[in-house]
Amino acid sequence: MLHLVLFLVFGAICVAGAINLLAQKHPISSALSLVVVMASLAVEYLLLGAEFVAAVQVIVYAGAVMVLFVFVIMLLNAGEEERTSGSRIALLLGVPGVLAGGLLVAWVLIRHSGGNAVALGALPGFPKTIGNLLFHEFLLPFEVTSILVLIAIMGAVVLASRPEAQEPARKEN
Amino acid sequence: MTDSLHLWLIPILPLIGTAINGFFGKRFSRQTVAAVALTFCGLAFAMALYVTARISSLELPHTELLAHWIRSGQFMVNFDFYLDQLTLVMLLVVTGVGLLIHIYSVGYMWEEGGFYRFFSYLNLFMFFMLTLVLAGNYLQMFIGWEGVGLASYLLIGFWFTKDSAASAGKKAFIVNRIGDFGFLIALFLMIKHLGSLNFTDVFSAVAKYPVETAGFGLLTSIGLLLMVGAAGKSAQVPLYVWLPDAMEGPTPVSALIHAATMVTAGVYMVARSHAIFNHAPNALTVVAVVGTLTALFAATIGVAQTDIKKVLAYSTVSQLGYMFMACGVAAYSAGIFHLMTHAFFKGLLFLAAGSVIHAVGGEQDMRKMGGLRQYIPVTFATMATATLAIAGIPGFAGFFSKDEILLHAYEANPIYWVLGVFTAFLTSFYMFRLLFLTFFGEYRGAGAEGSHGGGHGHGEQDHGHGMPHESPMIMLVPLMILAMLSVIGGWVWFGGVFEHFMAPVFGGGEGAATREAVSKTLEFTLMGVSTIAAFLGWFLALFLYVRNPALPQEIASALGGFYEAVVHKYYVDEFYTTLFVKPLVDGSTRILWHGVDQGVIDAAVNDTADGARHLSDAARQMQSGNLRSYAGWVAAGGALVLAYMVWMGVR
Amino acid sequence: MVPTSYYLILSGILFSCGVIGFLIKRNIITIFMSIELMLNGVNLSFVAFAAQWHHLSGQVFVFFVMVVAAAEAAVGLAIIIAVFRTRETLNVDQVNLLKL
Repeated sequence: MLHLVLFLVFGAICVAGAINLLAQKHPISSALSLVVVMASLAVEYLLLGAEFVAAVQVIVYAGAVMVLFVFVIMLLNAGEEERTSGSRIALLLGVPGVLAGGLLVAWVLIRHSGGNAVALGALPGFPKTIGNLLFHEFLLPFEVTSILVLIAIMGAVVLASRPEAQEPARKEN
Repeated sequence: MTDSLHLWLIPILPLIGTAINGFFGKRFSRQTVAAVALTFCGLAFAMALYVTARISSLELPHTELLAHWIRSGQFMVNFDFYLDQLTLVMLLVVTGVGLLIHIYSVGYMWEEGGFYRFFSYLNLFMFFMLTLVLAGNYLQMFIGWEGVGLASYLLIGFWFTKDSAASAGKKAFIVNRIGDFGFLIALFLMIKHLGSLNFTDVFSAVAKYPVETAGFGLLTSIGLLLMVGAAGKSAQVPLYVWLPDAMEGPTPVSALIHAATMVTAGVYMVARSHAIFNHAPNALTVVAVVGTLTALFAATIGVAQTDIKKVLAYSTVSQLGYMFMACGVAAYSAGIFHLMTHAFFKGLLFLAAGSVIHAVGGEQDMRKMGGLRQYIPVTFATMATATLAIAGIPGFAGFFSKDEILLHAYEANPIYWVLGVFTAFLTSFYMFRLLFLTFFGEYRGAGAEGSHGGGHGHGEQDHGHGMPHESPMIMLVPLMILAMLSVIGGWVWFGGVFEHFMAPVFGGGEGAATREAVSKTLEFTLMGVSTIAAFLGWFLALFLYVRNPALPQEIASALGGFYEAVVHKYYVDEFYTTLFVKPLVDGSTRILWHGVDQGVIDAAVNDTADGARHLSDAARQMQSGNLRSYAGWVAAGGALVLAYMVWMGVR
Repeated sequence: MVPTSYYLILSGILFSCGVIGFLIKRNIITIFMSIELMLNGVNLSFVAFAAQWHHLSGQVFVFFVMVVAAAEAAVGLAIIIAVFRTRETLNVDQVNLLKL
């Protein structure tokens, strides 16, 4: 019961944040809505027992990535969105397509879910267990992602550096 | 069966000459080209003489099989040769006169470009004509028939850079084709009903048919269709229009093809098919009527022409009409006899005309000639001989042949005779008119000035010499030989030698309406009347063109519109153009060219290309560089894939 | 006890919002944020399935997704900055030529 209520509450906040992201004109408002979404998602993870993931969500996603976004928005002094005509296709084909796809998936899920349910805190994701997994079964992906991050750092530094140092917009290797 | 005479050699020899001159002639000197051409033509003539020598020891008709050709079920056609007296006469005429004209052409065409090409074509013509004459079946004759049409086209349009020459060649070929269509249908009928195209088979099959006196039976149809073909090839009404235009070709061509040999192919064919015609009196009547009308019609036009070659062309049409008249009253040997004498004197007339044109430096208009007697005496003498012959003056070749025809025409129906005599009068008149205008009186040409030898040169010799000069010996010797033949050629009629000679071919099977032979007195009376007509024509021409040169112009002006019509050949060409040519060309342009070729075929290709372009243009719109459009497409595609997967899973 | 399908529907809603945001928005940074929203939606479904089937690799995968998302965000924003330097605009409709 509690589980359902909590789920619904935070789910509603999530969706509201998402819609707000769409509705806002200024990017900074959208960014802040996204932070709200991420925070409520962290709570959803907790409800499912994934403590480590929830923590990482808040620290990395909401704390680092979104901050980065906000920094960039402020760096580039992004203003309110202008209404340019842009693409008709995106609106005519894309949105109905997405909606159709989404509804279809929802329908399938509801019809054929088989009534599986999760309990509150169903699968405890302790850091210890996850760490065990990371360093035993998923060692290779772990190392690879660390290299990936390294490359990303280097690429970002190179890409964003001032034009006098090297040619601008060099493709990331 | 007597042993083979190797008849196949006779056509093949000129063909070899054609090949040699055609392929290598460009590199040869003129002497070599001439030597090659004359050698092979001469060899063919020699072989014809050899055959003549052997003829008495042969059983005629003599056939020789060269090779098998078509075999389709019961129907069989081979390459075979057929020799009888008729073939022999034609053979001698074609090779003999052909050789003389070859010799003449060496001199005439010496200064022209395309020398080797001319002789190659000339030999090609000989090959086809000999194939036609020696053929043992209708299909082989048709090959020769078509081939001489081709050679005629090539030679008429010899100076193909001239528009008028090229058009004349085309006209000749196309009008011939119309006749050939009739010939072809006749061949088809023969194949269907008589089962063969071989002469011996056809003639024996025809003998079993009754004589068709009423209506249009099979044989009448075949006969009429054959006549259509003959009308095309031998320039009878209504398919004669190509012959005057064919004068665009060099004069030796006019002499050989359009006087002596090719145009006689129709007469030969009708004579050869006498078995069919004898069983179809209605067809014969048509032949006679067509011949008579043509003779008269062409003679009236010839009276008013001013170009020397055109007069001779219409004269040829007229004389051919006589030959068909003869065949039409079943006097085949008389028709062939006239064919032979006509080859002599008409060939001579053309060659002499060529000599005249050569003398005055290319001028062909008789009004600009005159008084040439003193300048070119030999030419004058030979041309005068030929004129006497064609006019039917007693003693000369034409007299005998023409009289024989008129006699038989009278026996059939006096109307033919009346028209024939009147035509003879006209013939005599316009031929002597030609003679007087050209050789008598004062010289009216531009020769005195020197540089510009007359502007009418159809590419003919344009020397620009001062005064008219005689032609070289190489051109004069053939003239003299032909002049001699024009005199003595008719004497073979004495004692009925010629008729007896041809009797095995034509005698017997005279299914045409029998008529009583006329009495001797009547025969002489008729002969006398036609002689008087000939002399009348002579004196009238003398009166109008020598004594009172101004009179003809006054008469012409007095006659006004009628005279104009005659000069313009009764506007027949214009009539044909409006009725047939123009609609055909217009229709072809509009329907076939614009409609089908451009509208359907080209359009199909172009529109396919255009369509591809439009399609890709439309597809190009997708690549806008706009991120959101791409995202939209991806989202839609993703939804489709999702739907498909769900559908597959749900199924 | 909440049925897994509820979590999945929520995940789907988030994902759809992300896609729609991608399609509607004109500011490149906002589009980027929509991408992050999509990733988050997917993360939720991973965790939900992990909980349903008691398999921790779902959560580990979420971890990896987050790492990659972070790397991608860093590089992507760097690119946006670079593009902004040359095009002087953040409007994605105006950045549609390969040629400068």
